Amino acid sequence: MARVRLDAARQQAVSVSLATGAYGLSFGALAVAAGLDVWQTAALSLLVFSGGSQFAFIGVLGAGGGPAAAVATSTFLGLRNGFYGVGLAPVLRPIAGWRRAAAAQVTIDESTAVALAQPADDLPARRAGFWWTGIGVFVAWNAITVLGALLGARIGDPRDWGLDAAAAAAFLALVWPRLAHRRAQAVAAASAVTALALTPVAPAGIPVLAAAAVAIVAGWGHPRPEEVPE
Amino acid sequence: MSAYAWTWVAIVGAGVLAWATKLAGHSVPEAWLENPRVHRIAAFVTVALLSALVAVQTFATGRTLAIDARLAAVAVAAVLLWRRAPFIVVVAVAAGVAAGLRALGWG
Repeated sequence: MARVRLDAARQQAVSVSLATGAYGLSFGALAVAAGLDVWQTAALSLLVFSGGSQFAFIGVLGAGGGPAAAVATSTFLGLRNGFYGVGLAPVLRPIAGWRRAAAAQVTIDESTAVALAQPADDLPARRAGFWWTGIGVFVAWNAITVLGALLGARIGDPRDWGLDAAAAAAFLALVWPRLAHRRAQAVAAASAVTALALTPVAPAGIPVLAAAAVAIVAGWGHPRPEEVPE
Repeated sequence: MSAYAWTWVAIVGAGVLAWATKLAGHSVPEAWLENPRVHRIAAFVTVALLSALVAVQTFATGRTLAIDARLAAVAVAAVLLWRRAPFIVVVAVAAGVAAGLRALGWG
């Protein structure tokens, strides 16, 4: 039984790694379209290693925002990874030193989801799910990012290829699974309106950051637990 | 310092902060982050920022707002997501729609 569960966790990890790695291609191409060079694009995937944060970083820079706004937006979007760490700590315990440093780096949506999808009473399967997915996505994401950046560097005006629209679609695909409930949909709509209303009057990068205020208002009250997105 | 160098500073800064955020989650006593209000706000922050990014990336060109090929592409992407298409398909088709419309001379 334990064997079967470990195999299942590893299979999920491999398929999630390949699927997630594949969109490293779009990240690499979009990063170059936003004005980064191939080395900077590769460094962003290695160091930040969180799709949403990375897309946000290049989105802000590509729109003419400053480096500080790019870092702030990227960091706010990565806050959820901190909460994933809280959920994973009991699964990975005892852990310390370089192993904990490595576990932190590969704590992302996918590794957390696969780990916590394994049976709660089966710690080895949960750990296998976490490490196989985390390392698998890390390898695939970084390798395919470089490929995307090299392709992106050859294609001239990114608008001719629709890459600006591709970036918008990527953000939509990232937020889509989190919009299951009315309250999340209302937050999404209010955030979009807030950002657009500020676009003509605020420096680039600020309209997106200002939308975080909508989240504070939405989370301050007492929504039912099922209304809060994962 | 050049804009290129500042971009490098931002990349390293974003990387350090991303890792520190993740490590903090693994390291803090669980009780500290159990405050449900903090938890809820963090969950909504993700939705809020991603939605704002969709809006700005779709409508903004610098400081002006415009309706162009990007909106058609995002609408098609929404239909594909509703039909549960995979991420890479959604992104590729959106690029294709915008590129096609522009090749036809619109947006």
